[in-house]
Amino acid sequence: MTPMVDLFLLLLTFFILTATFRPDEAAQVDTPTTSSEIIAPKLNVFTIYVSKDNKAFFNIDNGPDSTSHVRSKLLKNMGDYFRVPFTPEEVKKFEGLASFGMPVKDVRLWINAESGQREQLQTGIPMDSLDNQLAMWIHFARLNNPEAEVTIKGDAESDYKVVKKVMDMVQDKKIDRFNLTSTLEKVEVKPQNTK
Amino acid sequence: MAEIINESATAQRGKRRARLLPAHIDMTPMVDLACLLLTFFILTTAFNEPKVMEIVMPQKGEPRDINPSKALTIILAEKDQIFFYNGFADPTEGKLPTMFKSNFSEKGIRKVLLARNKALFEKSYYYKDSVGREMGNYANYPKDSINRQLRKMKNSDKEGPIVLIKAADGVKYGNIVDVLDEMAITNIARYAVVDMNYIEKKMLKDALEGKNVEIQ
Repeated sequence: MTPMVDLFLLLLTFFILTATFRPDEAAQVDTPTTSSEIIAPKLNVFTIYVSKDNKAFFNIDNGPDSTSHVRSKLLKNMGDYFRVPFTPEEVKKFEGLASFGMPVKDVRLWINAESGQREQLQTGIPMDSLDNQLAMWIHFARLNNPEAEVTIKGDAESDYKVVKKVMDMVQDKKIDRFNLTSTLEKVEVKPQNTK
Repeated sequence: MAEIINESATAQRGKRRARLLPAHIDMTPMVDLACLLLTFFILTTAFNEPKVMEIVMPQKGEPRDINPSKALTIILAEKDQIFFYNGFADPTEGKLPTMFKSNFSEKGIRKVLLARNKALFEKSYYYKDSVGREMGNYANYPKDSINRQLRKMKNSDKEGPIVLIKAADGVKYGNIVDVLDEMAITNIARYAVVDMNYIEKKMLKDALEGKNVEIQ
């Protein structure tokens, strides 16, 4: 049995050392497959998720380096704009969290929730024309980190109409170039010699 | 799995000492734990890094003039349907163009795009091929330099089509990405995702009813 255990421990060490943990995502998104081989940028990026049931979620990192505190500034701006004051502790806690999707008034609940209960609060960011909070998130994200790249991570089964709406919001903020997250599927095409 | 050794029997004999046996440590719990951790790490490791496809949306406003002989409009409809027509749909110039019904397979829209974009596609294909042969392996050559050459070819291309991608209501996002991917695969130099106009909405309605439509 010893060789087997040795092998197990070796594998275990390998997996521990190579492990990069999946970030906690607000919604399960099955991205479409494309032949693109460009690796998604990891830093200085903000991502808008569109889930299968056409709900929008948002994530942004702390900018070029963690002293930029983009997330804190963003939350403060949103709090001021929607008149939902956040305490300094909540702002600090928000900085360490990941993607989210709920009306601004519920963000506090989400920040203070136990990690097991956070999922229930992910109800999607309102984005209809009467209460377009997603556009404000994008607006303030752009203000606080103008260099951030925009990534749209849509589910293959989501409605194009919704994704188009998100794209229009991004374009309204003068961003014409953005990334669509996808999964790699290699395709090879050769020229046809039919004449 | 601790064991209680019944010492009373040896104790009664008095002097006889327990012989020192080679110590056997029970490793089962450790192996159990190792297996458990191993399973955990295997399951949580994300092997394939997420990839992205870059897209540049046309600036809003008046579209630029497009030569009708180059224009190719792809219209997506619900339930994975795909149509295309050549040229412009302008009712003031007599007859509307015929819609062709296609599909997402290799023999479908890809074949159309490859036929229309033959010159550029072959040029870039043979370029990549020659790089591959020169360097022994295509993967050894710096990607950015290849991409720069390919971009140059695209910018100087004058024969390829200008593809306009339009989507009707009820289209899934995955379909749009599929079409955009076809653009990348067939190396189309100029394409854009734009909104449908009312003539095209009418054309699509007719096509779905089987009027003025041909199967590709």
